[in-house]
Amino acid sequence: MLNQVSMLGRFGIELVRDYGKAGLLLYQAIVRVPNFRKGFPLVLQRVYSEGVLSLTIIIVSSLFIGMVVALQGYNTLAKFGASSALGPLVALSVVRELGPVVTALLFAGRAGSAMAAEIGLMKATEQLSSMEMMAVNPLQRVIAPRLWGGFISMPLLTLIFNITAVYGAYLVGVKWLGVDAGAFWSNMQASVDFRTDIMNGIYKSVVFGFVVSWISVYQGYFATPTSAGIANATTRAVVYSSLAILGLDFVLTAMMIGGW
Amino acid sequence: MLSQRFVETCVGLFLIAAIAALLVLAFKVSGLTSFFTREGYNVTAQFDDIGQLKLRAAIKIGGVRVGEVSDIRLDPTSYRAVVTLHINSDVKDIPDDSSVAILTAGLLGDNYIEITPMYSSTFLKDGSQINDTKSAMILEKLIGQFMFKLGNDSNASNKATTKETTK
Repeated sequence: MLNQVSMLGRFGIELVRDYGKAGLLLYQAIVRVPNFRKGFPLVLQRVYSEGVLSLTIIIVSSLFIGMVVALQGYNTLAKFGASSALGPLVALSVVRELGPVVTALLFAGRAGSAMAAEIGLMKATEQLSSMEMMAVNPLQRVIAPRLWGGFISMPLLTLIFNITAVYGAYLVGVKWLGVDAGAFWSNMQASVDFRTDIMNGIYKSVVFGFVVSWISVYQGYFATPTSAGIANATTRAVVYSSLAILGLDFVLTAMMIGGW
Repeated sequence: MLSQRFVETCVGLFLIAAIAALLVLAFKVSGLTSFFTREGYNVTAQFDDIGQLKLRAAIKIGGVRVGEVSDIRLDPTSYRAVVTLHINSDVKDIPDDSSVAILTAGLLGDNYIEITPMYSSTFLKDGSQINDTKSAMILEKLIGQFMFKLGNDSNASNKATTKETTK
């Protein structure tokens, strides 16, 4: 009985220690005097490998998501003779929810796992310690650019996701199912608000980008330096990121709909 | 290792694509016509009941959009709603005896304000007030009145028939 209680206590202490380590990692990587001349090219490299290289999967999946939402929505709306409301349905669901959340999930799978594995392997092959030997701070050389890269890439990817999803819905709804193009766009414009719908979606994606890259970097940096340890770290990076995205999405939506 | 120049070009294109996407979202999807309010003048009108009228609702003349509702307040003494209409400056010559009505687009659509021009030779200008206003039609009230009238009618006809039978 006492054993179980002490196990619970150990678990709690470990949990708090993990959060503390993650917070310290973030603090040491981000809070410092910025050095644009050295840091900018590194961040650019990360935006390329996390953002530009994720474009293919984002564009393809968003096109299909837009088309599927349009198809499902049309079938249901046509029963009420309201197929002209297809535009608002697709635009609102994509811009508010599907855009930020699905982009973040794909980003966690595509870029987050790569980040965790790369940093974990750097640690296992002692590249991080050799950097320290050369008086290069690995937190600023390796961790900080990755955090900034994810932070910058996510909103941009979300914007592109939104556009291609709406275009996919346009293809299916207007070109295939024959919804009137004028009704599609004008109803969409009448019911989508720039500040409350589009900007809130972008705020969400900024938060998700931050959380995903933080979790992935943390998991990689504190991975056990063995092959099994790196495998674990990669898995945990994706699983924790996905759970954090979905949980935070609920919290953020509740805050936005409740008017803060 | 990719050259830094290639990476920079790709990131630049990525950024441009994202900004273009934001512009398309703003103008094509959300129908944001301008970040700033257009040049125009403000006219007020008092209504007994504005129904579901919202800020930024359309103002139309003959069905053409000429402005938007910029403010809705309650007059603390008369308890009437004071609606400020922002009319675009290219629509200048609206006679000052025109009437305004709150209408509904379709059966369940949004409310908008329709201005019906009259024949006065003096025109509305910034700060002037429109006096001839018609309140919003509220479906519940209409149904209530209809039911009330229906009830009265059937009572009256019942009385009539009972009178006839007693005769």
